[in-house]
Amino acid sequence: MSWFGFPRWKLTKKRSMPEGIWSKCTGCGKLIYTKKLEETLYVCPECGHHIPLTAQRRIDYLIDKGTFCEDPWRLRANDPLNFTGTKPYKEKLKADQKKTGLDDAVITGSGKVLGYGVRIGVTDSNFIMGSMGSVVGEKLTRMIEKAIDERRPVLIISGSGGGARMYEGLYSLMQMAKTCAALGLLRQANLPFISILTNPTMAGVMASFASVGDVIVAEPKALIGFTGPRVIEQTIRQKLPEGFQRSEFLLEHGMIDIIVERSELKARIASLLDYLSP
Amino acid sequence: MNDDVKAGVIDFERPIIELEKKIHELKNFTVDERIDLDREIAIMQDKLDKLKSDTYANLTSWQRVQVSRHPTRPYFLDYVRLITSDFIELHGDRCFGDDKALLGGLAKIDGHKVLILGHQKGRDIKENVLRNFGCAHPEGYRKALRLMKLAEKHNLPIISLIDTPGAYPGIGAEERGQAESIARNLLEMSSIKVPILVYVIGEGGSGGALGIGVGDVVIVMENAYYSVISPEGCAAILWKDRAKAADAAQVLKLTAKELKELDLIDEILDEPLGGAHRDHEKAAVFLKSSILTNLKKLLLVSPDERVRIRYEKIRRIGSFEEK
Repeated sequence: MSWFGFPRWKLTKKRSMPEGIWSKCTGCGKLIYTKKLEETLYVCPECGHHIPLTAQRRIDYLIDKGTFCEDPWRLRANDPLNFTGTKPYKEKLKADQKKTGLDDAVITGSGKVLGYGVRIGVTDSNFIMGSMGSVVGEKLTRMIEKAIDERRPVLIISGSGGGARMYEGLYSLMQMAKTCAALGLLRQANLPFISILTNPTMAGVMASFASVGDVIVAEPKALIGFTGPRVIEQTIRQKLPEGFQRSEFLLEHGMIDIIVERSELKARIASLLDYLSP
Repeated sequence: MNDDVKAGVIDFERPIIELEKKIHELKNFTVDERIDLDREIAIMQDKLDKLKSDTYANLTSWQRVQVSRHPTRPYFLDYVRLITSDFIELHGDRCFGDDKALLGGLAKIDGHKVLILGHQKGRDIKENVLRNFGCAHPEGYRKALRLMKLAEKHNLPIISLIDTPGAYPGIGAEERGQAESIARNLLEMSSIKVPILVYVIGEGGSGGALGIGVGDVVIVMENAYYSVISPEGCAAILWKDRAKAADAAQVLKLTAKELKELDLIDEILDEPLGGAHRDHEKAAVFLKSSILTNLKKLLLVSPDERVRIRYEKIRRIGSFEEK
């Protein structure tokens, strides 16, 4: 399909996984040959921007071919608050389930990274901004508990601008405590947790499991923090400095261990696992 | 006190305050003029009590939020003064500074030695600048954790009083790891061996509240709220209009009653008729009695068992369908 003559809203619509022959870099806006992007793992060859990926693609890039085994639990969000607003939560769920083919914003399972067995959870920022409600909290917690049973390291790749999912109210907030409590048990079992942060990881996700990795790895220039930059600007009534809350800023302030390019991630995680695996 | 009440008066309280004023005037009148109006006063007093209970039984979610933010509502240090003795405040996170919005110290409640900690708001502008409106920085959460570890080491139960609009959204807070400081507390609090009693005494604002909110019992005061996001923040997201906070408060199900119905909290703590701000002493009596009752129960359980039960409690929370 030609991209000429597209109505503007379609061109500017956020698409993390562009299809078609040409794809637009969400960083510099240049059109890139999609085949080329697939070769570079969706890192823009022009500007180096790490284009957001679906959870499935992150798993494909990190986990050895044929070793990934998705957890069998089919969990779907209830609507415990019967949340209405501009659009009912139930409809939002349905729309994003259709759009992404996922039940909710996380995929969990087990697999190998260059031969090292791991348990892994990956959030998908295309599903209600990768936010954590009951399903994300429950699946991650079960995955961590499984890792303790099987004595395997845990990897979680976070891509969540949404934090704790507003539409499930306090249920979502409590998933922060739940995932952290499970990681506490993992720690008691002397098993490692490597937290991998991608653009964006904010709010309730960053203020829970994503922050308590034994090692915290981030993709370059990912937005990472507690409060969103717009809210901070409104609160302090001044412009934020360039690069604020980006991976490099966090590294500088001692909040993360390493920044790793996407193309290096698999090898780096394997090296870490070589040191930390039980 | 009276002037303060006037300053912070909420619309729906006006009829109550007017009736109170009338009773007060009538009482003065009987003294000045030496006339016996006891019967009339008693009738009006009954009317007042009924008005109060009717009004407070039927508050909307937004009205509860307003009560929780009432400028004369008792704060952390008021409760410390009213329910503890020998309070020794302990300062600093040993990393960066001493957060004046989140305080903690050693105290005695009816002979029980405890660690009490909580958010502290200010009563006036000057004090609120000092207290940062009860919005803590990472050093506040790190101080809280340091003190909780101290309590664990010396077998002192922990009483945590939550009253914050949220953790502070600022440059320094981000630079020093606001998210990490909260996350760390969630992880650590889940396995601290001493009893942890959590009370939301005013505002339970999101991660800033939860950062000292993991415990064996979580109790929300009748007119307090506990929410994943502030009503204003929710309104800004849903309707791009912070002024629609009242509508947002409704959809968020953030009142003590709603949270109890959803089984997200253990108990609702009653407040004096008309709200805690109208009778600090009585509110403190209720809080103290609840602390003592719950503490006694929790002390019957062994530390390992307590931690196991705490984990199970957190573990259970969630609402989903499984195919």
